[in-house]
Order: sequence, then structure tokens, then C-alpha cells
Amino acid sequence: MAHFKKKSANTKQDVPTSAMPDVVFMLLIFFMVTTVLREVELKVQIDYTQAENIEKIEQKRLVSYIYIGPERLGPTEVGESKVQIDDAIVDDINAIRTIMYDKLMEQPRLIVSLRVDRDSEFGLITDVTQELRHAGTLRINYSTKREI
Amino acid sequence: MALLNKKKRPDPEIPGSSLADIAFLLLIFFLVTTTINVDTGIGLTLPPIPDENIDPPPIKERNLLNILVNAQGLVLLDETPSSITEVKQKVKDFITNCEPGNPCVEDLSEGPTDAIISIKTDRQTPYNIYVNMLDEVIGAYNELRDEKARALYGVPFKALEETSQEYQAIAKDVYPKKISIAEPDEGNS
Repeated sequence: MAHFKKKSANTKQDVPTSAMPDVVFMLLIFFMVTTVLREVELKVQIDYTQAENIEKIEQKRLVSYIYIGPERLGPTEVGESKVQIDDAIVDDINAIRTIMYDKLMEQPRLIVSLRVDRDSEFGLITDVTQELRHAGTLRINYSTKREI
Repeated sequence: MALLNKKKRPDPEIPGSSLADIAFLLLIFFLVTTTINVDTGIGLTLPPIPDENIDPPPIKERNLLNILVNAQGLVLLDETPSSITEVKQKVKDFITNCEPGNPCVEDLSEGPTDAIISIKTDRQTPYNIYVNMLDEVIGAYNELRDEKARALYGVPFKALEETSQEYQAIAKDVYPKKISIAEPDEGNS
């Protein structure tokens, strides 16, 4: 029987790692750019409702959020339905008018995104939308998840 | 001057081998903190506060489709109870009534440009039922606009640019989205 010469590849077996830092940096920069560090601390509990015919808000700069849902009291307890704008709970519904008016002055193309808990009663939302109408912020968006 | 310091010094170099580790550390930090959330929702434009000195324009009763979502979460379309799943078809029938090719039914609208959907709610209406109903109404408009866009331009409505003439033609002249939010009842909660 003839001897077969063992073939061995002459190429190196290592994966070139010299470009790894570049790749990592690239990823790093991507995540740094997309990260939003300061999310508003939610003081109300929100479980989004779902809908099919939804649209995306492309320009996030224009968006201002209003959170409506039962207030968080403890890890599991929730209280009455409350309205939260930015970091604070707004107890006086009529104050929304001035708050939103000021925001509208800063950003004339403001879109108000209403993030409402699915079990809320509509009366409170009616009050809020009435205030928004008085403030002149007419573009609103009922925040929903995509129905699967 | 004496050249005493002729000893060969090592090249000054910053150690770069740990660079990748540092970058990884930062990368992991940002990976963990990132939330890529997309804002999605149902867009709506609220009507401005009506001027008390100006009377609202007269609207024929037949051009108005009253949708009432009551406190129990039941939907009433022009006083007749119906389920949420029926809303879309009924809204479409209502809007496309009297269009060329469609027969004119007495109680329904005089055509898409006259049709107005009026939505009314109670204070106790559950929010998710309201959103579902609104979803159906928007869906009815979207489907009609889509059909029109395919018939006229051969592309789905979503493919049209928002600033393009075609988009504006359909959204403004063919099927304008006229959704009215009824003035809430005062007091009786």
C-alpha cells in the first residue's frame, strides 16, 4: 500500500484579531448614540393596550408624554388613577393647560403622546383632552402596542 | 558639554493591548442600558375649542355616523347595538355610500367627502374598548384609502410619500378622515 503524504494546510489557523477593537468601537458608538439615558421614572402603572392600525412617531423630538394610570404605592399595590407629566404627578387637572401651553410655546409642532393604562376609565382622559384642547396642543397620539 | 546620557531608552509607548477590553466594558454597559423603543400609537387631531360666537356649521343627520361607547363597553352605531368587529364594515358601508358604482342607501352618508364619524363616550367607558373601536374606524379609512391607491396608482397607500400629490389627493379629496369627538357631557358622571 502506498503511503499517502499527510496533507497539511500551509495557511495559518488563527482568526485575525487585529481589527477586533475597531469592530467593538463601532458597536460601542452605535449603542452610545442610540441610548437614551434618562427615561422618566414612572409613578403610575401602565399596561398598554393593543391596536392594529397604528402609526410610528418618527420625530421623537416633537413628542411630549402624558402618563395616565393607577398610581404606584408599593411593589404590588396601586391606588387611584393619576396623571403624570414628566417626573411629577399632576393632581390638579386644570394645571395641565398651562404646562402643555408652555411646552407648545417651546415646540410649536408638539405631538402629545397619551400613554394610558388599558383599564382606565375614559372620563379622566376626556378631562385631559379637554385641557389639551384649551392649551392648543391638538396633535395627540394614543400610545398602543402592535397587535400580534 | 558632555554627552553622558547616551544610554538607549526604551521607546515611549502607551500599552494598547487593554484597549479592546475597555471598549468591551463600555459596550456592555451601553448594551444593557439601551432601550430601543419605538413610539407607536393611534394618531388623532383634536378639534379646537369651538368659538362661542360662531354657530357650528349645519350637518345633515344622514351624514353623521354616531358611535357611542357606553359605560359597559358596548358599542352603539346610530342607536343600534353592534359588536366591535362589525364596526369596520359598517363604517366602510357608511363612507362609501353613494360613491359611483354603489347604490345610495337612504340613511347613510351622501358620499365620502360628506361623511363624518362622530364618537361619543361615557365617563366610565373602558379605555381599551375605546381604543379598539377607534382602531376599527381608522382601519376602515386605511383600507378604503389603500384600495383607492391601488386602483389609481397601482401601489399601496402606505408606499406613497406623505408630501406627494397622490397622497394628498387621496387623503384630502377622496377619503378625508373626518372623525369628530363629541363634546363631553357636563356633570353627570
